[in-house]
Amino acid sequence: MTKANDLIIRIGGEGGEGIISSGDMITQAAARSGLEVLTFKTFPAEIRGGYAMYQIRFSHEVILSEGSGFNVLCCFNKEALDNNRSQIEKGSVLIYDFPGGDIAEEQNIEGVHCYPVPMSKIAKEELSTYRSKNMVAMGAISELFSIGAIPLRELIQEKFGKKGQEVVEINFKALDAGAKHAREHLKKTDPFQMDEGKPQKDVMIISGNEAIGLGALLAGVKYFSAYPITPATEVAIFLSKHLPKVNGNLVQAEDEIASLANVIGASYGGVKSMTATSGPGLSLMQELIGMSSMMEVPVVIADVQRGGPSTGLPTKHEQSDLFLAALGSHGDASKVVLSPEGVEDCIYLTTEAFNIAEQYQVPVLILSDGSLGFRTSSIKKPDPSKIKRIERLKYEPGANGDKPYERYELTESGISAMSHPGQPGGNYISTGLEHAPSSAPRYSPENRVSMTDKRFGKLDTLEDFVQATEVDDMDGAQVGVIAWGSTIGTAREAVKLARAEGVKVAAIYPKLVWPLPLKALNAFAKKYPKTLVPEVNKQGQLASLLRMKTDMKPISYNIYSGMPFTPKMILEKIKEVSK
Amino acid sequence: MTTATEPMKSKDYKSTVPPTWCPGCGDFGVLNAVLKAFADKTMSIDDTVLVSGIGCSSRFPYFVKTYGMHTAHGRVLPVAAGLKMSRPDLNVIAFGGDGDGFSIGGGHVPHVVRKNTDLTYILMDNSIYGLTKGQVSPTSQVGMVTTTTPYGAPDNPVNPLAFCLTYGATYVAQAYSSKSKQVQELVTGAMEHKGFAFVNIISPCPTFNKINTFDSYKESLEEVPADHDTSDLNAALKIALRAKEGKTPIGLLYKVERPTLVERLTEIRQKAKGDDNFDLNKVIDQYIP
Repeated sequence: MTKANDLIIRIGGEGGEGIISSGDMITQAAARSGLEVLTFKTFPAEIRGGYAMYQIRFSHEVILSEGSGFNVLCCFNKEALDNNRSQIEKGSVLIYDFPGGDIAEEQNIEGVHCYPVPMSKIAKEELSTYRSKNMVAMGAISELFSIGAIPLRELIQEKFGKKGQEVVEINFKALDAGAKHAREHLKKTDPFQMDEGKPQKDVMIISGNEAIGLGALLAGVKYFSAYPITPATEVAIFLSKHLPKVNGNLVQAEDEIASLANVIGASYGGVKSMTATSGPGLSLMQELIGMSSMMEVPVVIADVQRGGPSTGLPTKHEQSDLFLAALGSHGDASKVVLSPEGVEDCIYLTTEAFNIAEQYQVPVLILSDGSLGFRTSSIKKPDPSKIKRIERLKYEPGANGDKPYERYELTESGISAMSHPGQPGGNYISTGLEHAPSSAPRYSPENRVSMTDKRFGKLDTLEDFVQATEVDDMDGAQVGVIAWGSTIGTAREAVKLARAEGVKVAAIYPKLVWPLPLKALNAFAKKYPKTLVPEVNKQGQLASLLRMKTDMKPISYNIYSGMPFTPKMILEKIKEVSK
Repeated sequence: MTTATEPMKSKDYKSTVPPTWCPGCGDFGVLNAVLKAFADKTMSIDDTVLVSGIGCSSRFPYFVKTYGMHTAHGRVLPVAAGLKMSRPDLNVIAFGGDGDGFSIGGGHVPHVVRKNTDLTYILMDNSIYGLTKGQVSPTSQVGMVTTTTPYGAPDNPVNPLAFCLTYGATYVAQAYSSKSKQVQELVTGAMEHKGFAFVNIISPCPTFNKINTFDSYKESLEEVPADHDTSDLNAALKIALRAKEGKTPIGLLYKVERPTLVERLTEIRQKAKGDDNFDLNKVIDQYIP
């Protein structure tokens, strides 16, 4: 039997059947046993019912994306089987609830290893609790593919111990019954078997949304205000627990307008402040994003994108807020947009977002997305002592001698010292009106021009400051891939696969997406005139911005079904355009 | 309330920016009375922030030497609240008009009020949109002819006093801009109050509102009875609802004490054993698999 180095298991069933919680548990168990893990979840917008899916990728190497398809499909019900049937590839494994569930017939799919496991029946008849069905399935999966059997028991003890030993025992029994069924009634014909990894000391497992919260804490956030919205709420949930520990305040505002208003007020007072939302909330915030740009008040806004417009696809994946983030708000509003690639980036780009906001006194948006927000992934623990924290340029009372303080003083860098209430001599009116250097309203043409140029010009040094653009060169490459956000990981994997097949391809991964890092992009386009931009939106939003700001004529590859790209999809496209 | 060390006069608080209001505007009276209240309490110029929305009255902060924020239309309260939460050491006073507070910003009022947010909110109510030259406002009378209601306003007005009382404001007063001494007293009381303090100041607009004029208020003004119990919510509401009889009650309607937002947030930080030097490794270690 060959040992697998890379295994993808997809579990599907009815929302509310414990798919998410058991998926979380086996993921954690695998990470505890030293495997790299990365999860991908989709679930319905409703609280209960509807099709839910949890996919886990296990590997001994760093995992770049959720992968293409799956090796193992575990179906809790008929709907899950129906939804996935067309995606079952030869050589893969199908585990399904039979007999006793709503799948009426034994499955015999040519070239597929089909394992019936009577999960519902065992749960109901042997364990007299239908709720243990998910644990029966986990027991079978753990047994069949040698994944985290011991840690799984430890986790059950840790998780259910609080509810009493009885609950722990029932779960143990379910796990054992599933494993026993696999041992005694299934003849393993598939090749998938995970080697145990080496338990790592410096690893943590965290979701993208939690990672944004952690990044904010590491950056020194002291104030957070938000309104609940899928798929961003977990950022607030994480910070509501931890922010008070660092003496910070978190409030739930009455709407997203109020949450950004709160954040602007707090930051004006000198406190690092942030909010998190999704598309509908970002739409509501547009006026105040412009205000913070005009007032030059540093703020950080995380937008965990979902399918739009309007209510759209609240729980599904899309990268379609780039236009809004980059071009939104009326008037000429300067702002910065970052796009994290994965969970680790959610930490470090959030700390970077605070640093940019402080350094340049601008609103900074972080464009995550639903699949990244919900994704959990094993990553290296950050070292809080190594996080670079930049503070805004502060007004020093008396530093200018007798010259009166000017909040919006025209300087070479475009950055002016900011006073905070309480500082003698620093008094000014922070205002959304066009203003003179002193902050008094002034509408003269000369002043208007110099102030607008100040607000944009200060970002001229940003590309060098951020250094968040990665170039993956290749001599003789026929095509250069440009990806942003969580598509980056998928593109990386596609590039790797393409090169393994002998296709010459280069790539650039801009994580600063607005203002565009033009130096790096233009240099890239010069080397690789044929560029391919895969992104999960209808209009080709990054490709459009590239056409607007560079001479590039990128080939757009757009999908917008509510699902992210798979590496195979991008691989095929690379091959197609390389011809 | 943070105060200055030196005795202050009201002119000491005046900035060099001259008010932009029309001659005869009620807001001048409010400005003078508020600055007298500042001087009387020797309010610190450096530790006081005046926050406003958009409208004629929202220009207020420019005319004062303190710190200030001139924000977006309707957003004065959440901006001021965010500032106060993160900087409870400051005196944060919110200013605005009836359109800013009860139309475009009306959605924020219930929440800032029910949280007993530690703010003073001074609203200059002229029952008209002045900055846009005379449109119906949320406190305009039904039937009022304005540039957008040539056939008469179809909507009933809100009652700002009843509105704030109902949502649980802990200090509610109404004043009249020409009665300078009372404005000063009620504003002082509001600034000294712990929690959300609302002072609705009737401030006539001689340019665009020909219905609610200095003359008309001579008829409708009505002092809060001397024996009114300011801790009695029902009695306060009854006075607030005198508006239905065409009356304009002035004086302190309601004043009680209850925990404020800043106090509640302090409790939360204490529960979490908040520490400026908290070791974040303790959070990170919770996510070890």
